[in-house]
Amino acid sequence: MHNIYIYILVMAVVTYLVRMLPLTLIRKNINSRFIKSFLFYVPYATLAAMTFPAILHASDDMRASVAGFAVALILAFRQKSLLTVAVAACAVVFAVEWFLI
Amino acid sequence: MKKENEFKRGLKDAIPVCLGYLAVSFAFGIQASEAGLSVFQASLMSLTNVTSAGQFSSLDLIATNAAYAEMALLQLVVNIRYMLMSTALSQKLSSKESTLSRCLVAYGVTDEIFALSVMRKGRLKPAYSYGLIICSVFGWVSGTFLGAFAGEIMPHRLISALGLAIYGMFIAIIIPDARKNAALMMVVIGAMAMSTLFTYMPVLSTISSGFRIIIVTVVIAAAAAILAPKGKEEVVDA
Repeated sequence: MHNIYIYILVMAVVTYLVRMLPLTLIRKNINSRFIKSFLFYVPYATLAAMTFPAILHASDDMRASVAGFAVALILAFRQKSLLTVAVAACAVVFAVEWFLI
Repeated sequence: MKKENEFKRGLKDAIPVCLGYLAVSFAFGIQASEAGLSVFQASLMSLTNVTSAGQFSSLDLIATNAAYAEMALLQLVVNIRYMLMSTALSQKLSSKESTLSRCLVAYGVTDEIFALSVMRKGRLKPAYSYGLIICSVFGWVSGTFLGAFAGEIMPHRLISALGLAIYGMFIAIIIPDARKNAALMMVVIGAMAMSTLFTYMPVLSTISSGFRIIIVTVVIAAAAAILAPKGKEEVVDA
């Protein structure tokens, strides 16, 4: 049987190096317009890809998830704060599941 | 004074992340104890790794007694997207920031903390990152602890509803900017469509979720960078 603490150590070291190396090694400003534009778009593409379709399976009932997703979109379009949007999405899921399940 | 403000602002901005993490790590704690980890081991893993996808995927390997090298490779694949994020953050920090502060900021590069850091206008101050990290990691570790310790007690309906917290937050981050910028809106829609394709299409759906996110990010961001390159002055502030 392998030691769980060594597993945790291996995971922590690999994950930390992935995060640490670019931050410590890249000190200069990148001048390439392509790379700058690419990096500008990265967070939006990543978060969008992580959100959809995963959000549909984030609660027990897909109808509740769809309702939560719709409410989050509407509130975000109206530029509500992060906390407001997150709490409203959860509240809608809770309410919809309450009535449907 | 300025420094303290940045730190407090970070703590406050990370409250939704903390709540979302509580929900997600609670689920992780339950699964970790099912996989045979003690409450302490599960909490220690959350404190030292701070990565949802990496930690969830590790449980299978631990349960099947896999080799350490296999664990290392899995973590590399699942978490390599952090390399893109750290590269973006390296451009956001002042070049004068010390190696120590860079090493501390690196500890907290997660999808959510990265999103908050990169959306902050102007240069990223390490003090702001520390605020984000302390608040978020607090949620991540205490959720794990509670899940591993008392998973059965909490009403299931509540856990189910909390599952949406993190996505609600993602939406609140990307949509307001996308509304003002047509290229960004195309990036958001394109990434969601491509991610949907990769999730449900035969063959493509066998790709792990970590790789799926990397592929979608690189393809969509590169296409956007070619089709709609940013002007100089816009990028400095981004």
